[in-house]
Amino acid sequence: MAASLDIAAKDLRQRVRDRSAILLAIVVPLALAAIFSLLFGPASTPRPFEYAVVDQDGGPIVAAFEDEVLDYLESEEIVSVEAMGEEEARQAVSDGDLDAAFVFPAGFSEAVQSERPVEVEVVGSADSPTGTDVARSIARSFVADLDAARVAVAAVAHQQAGTSEDELSAIAEQVATAPPPVALRDVSASAKVLDTKTYFAAGMAVFFLLFTVQFGVSSLLEERSDGTLARLLAAPVRRTSILVGKLLTSIVLGVVSLTVLVVGTTLLLGATWGDPLGVALLILAGVLAGTGITSLVASFARTPEQAGSWQAVVAVTLGLLGGAFFPIQQSGSFMATASLVTPHAWFLRGLGSLVGEGGVVDVLPAVAALLCFAVVTGAVAMTRIGRVVAL
Amino acid sequence: MNVSTVGAEAVVPTPTRPVLTCSNLRKSFGDLVAVDDVSFSITTGETYGLLGPNGAGKTTVISMIAGVLDADAGVVDVDGQRMHPGALGVKGQIGYVPQDIALYPDLTGRENLRFFASLYHLRRREATERTAEVLEVVGLTDRADDQVKKYSGGMKRRINIAIGLIHRPRLLILDEPTVGVDPQSRNSILESIERLSSEGMAVLYTTHYMEEAERLCDRVGIVDLGHLIAEGRPRELTARLGAAEHIVMSVEGDVESARRAVDDLGVVSRSTAEGDTIDALVPEAESALPAVMQAVMASGASIRSVVVDEPDLEAVFLHLTGKRLRD
Repeated sequence: MAASLDIAAKDLRQRVRDRSAILLAIVVPLALAAIFSLLFGPASTPRPFEYAVVDQDGGPIVAAFEDEVLDYLESEEIVSVEAMGEEEARQAVSDGDLDAAFVFPAGFSEAVQSERPVEVEVVGSADSPTGTDVARSIARSFVADLDAARVAVAAVAHQQAGTSEDELSAIAEQVATAPPPVALRDVSASAKVLDTKTYFAAGMAVFFLLFTVQFGVSSLLEERSDGTLARLLAAPVRRTSILVGKLLTSIVLGVVSLTVLVVGTTLLLGATWGDPLGVALLILAGVLAGTGITSLVASFARTPEQAGSWQAVVAVTLGLLGGAFFPIQQSGSFMATASLVTPHAWFLRGLGSLVGEGGVVDVLPAVAALLCFAVVTGAVAMTRIGRVVAL
Repeated sequence: MNVSTVGAEAVVPTPTRPVLTCSNLRKSFGDLVAVDDVSFSITTGETYGLLGPNGAGKTTVISMIAGVLDADAGVVDVDGQRMHPGALGVKGQIGYVPQDIALYPDLTGRENLRFFASLYHLRRREATERTAEVLEVVGLTDRADDQVKKYSGGMKRRINIAIGLIHRPRLLILDEPTVGVDPQSRNSILESIERLSSEGMAVLYTTHYMEEAERLCDRVGIVDLGHLIAEGRPRELTARLGAAEHIVMSVEGDVESARRAVDDLGVVSRSTAEGDTIDALVPEAESALPAVMQAVMASGASIRSVVVDEPDLEAVFLHLTGKRLRD
């Protein structure tokens, strides 16, 4: 074991001196995560829709719309609302400064309480079709509630002749403002999706992991071509100790690079990785899986250059398929299923399970899958890599 | 102890028990028999040279002795213990200096030495002391903390040798240690080896430079095509040629025709042609020279220069194989 530690320490010292390892393990993934977050962050991170309310009515119905509907949506950071005059609101929508405006004409409340037809106008921005659709839905839902109230009032008035105006108004308001009997609470997709910064931080980290851990076992091929392997074999060191030393190098490089990236993206980009223990388990399992895969690829190569080329092809292919660059789960169920043959997908899935209240127990399936990758690829690699050490 | 002057009588140390004994070594790579039935031994303080052209099998023999390769047949004993790739204790008795410069260029000379010291189980303090000592031996103390990639070729060769010495081996194996180095570094390396040998270290030295073998080696073994074809002290081997001298001519014209013309003379025992040089081995140069020169000119070539040399190991190899060592 002492010889393995000596070999790993020597390799790590070499890698620190050779700046390319630090560049590939930390600098490039951090920079790419930052760039991708800047490029795609604004488009994919939800922001409140910006609406205006033009209240030309001043009556209780519009006030109820603002207090009961919009205030709630504002408190949930779904919308942001401000009151404006009609001209100003139309101009702001036209300029793209607002997503939409609700225009309530004068006499709206009175008309609602009578049986006269009345309209609420939604002025939407052509630049924000989604924001306009959402505004329409809000208005449509509110109007439906008002219609329900009208029907209720009409029914009461019809069945209980002599009901006073005040009583009918109270019934109308009660119907209009009562909570819906059935509400939908979405706890599926959105709760398991990483925010943009964390997604790109994790994607780049796991993508470059395969480039980082390849330095360990591939250096066996370098030692062979440089003649130093013969010197190691002539020393009183077991061949297995040499192999273990190389594997240790890969594991330490992988764990250190991922840890630095987790801390770096948290501090610099604001990524939120989740429960530290769960993340630590994922990092360790991911590094072992990456080490197994790159060792397997290296075991088929004859030269370090060949190993480097093949490992790059494998890393890029698995990275693309595994969703390191874009959320593969959104490309359809076939791709989402196919991505599970990559450690990248399991790593990202594991992180997704930590979003919100997720903890160690939630990442165990992903950790188990990653360990399976490590065991299978590592076992095959070790049976083959002996020929490299045998000169 | 060593032979320091070509042609001088070697002062061989009192024989002790062998540090290294190779018996009937054999190694094949596929259909190629690289080493076949090679046997020799080296005693304490003795420098033994394995001579032969590139591809003769010297490095394969050395790899089996160092425990890097396993022999197909035959045995290697180091200090009475059997060597094989798993014999870690035996490996600790050997200092191995491979033909390639086997160093880590991003590490300093001192770091390279400390790394191998740790592999040979030297304790921290001992490793520090030995590192300083071997740096002194190879004259690199003042450059010890520079990265090896900044060293000259000669300095790399010297630190390559220093690593082989770090653990005070009983047997030092040097595989072509002076290939590609400048004359000054070569001389420094040879002086270091002479000093180590005089201190009692057994040295196995491979080279295809005859002058190095004649300077350093108490005994030599000549290897060709995987076989040990001759063995003995340099003086003994050259004496086998009887009274023999080289006539080395630089000629202009058809060199091969001129060589054949020389060879056809009854007085020439062997001849070779390389570039524009013809090397003819004759029993006695003074009487043969006129006939040899006449034969060259009769073939249509002209002679630019003629040198007569004493017989050496090169002549021995030529005599035994009909080839020059550097072919």
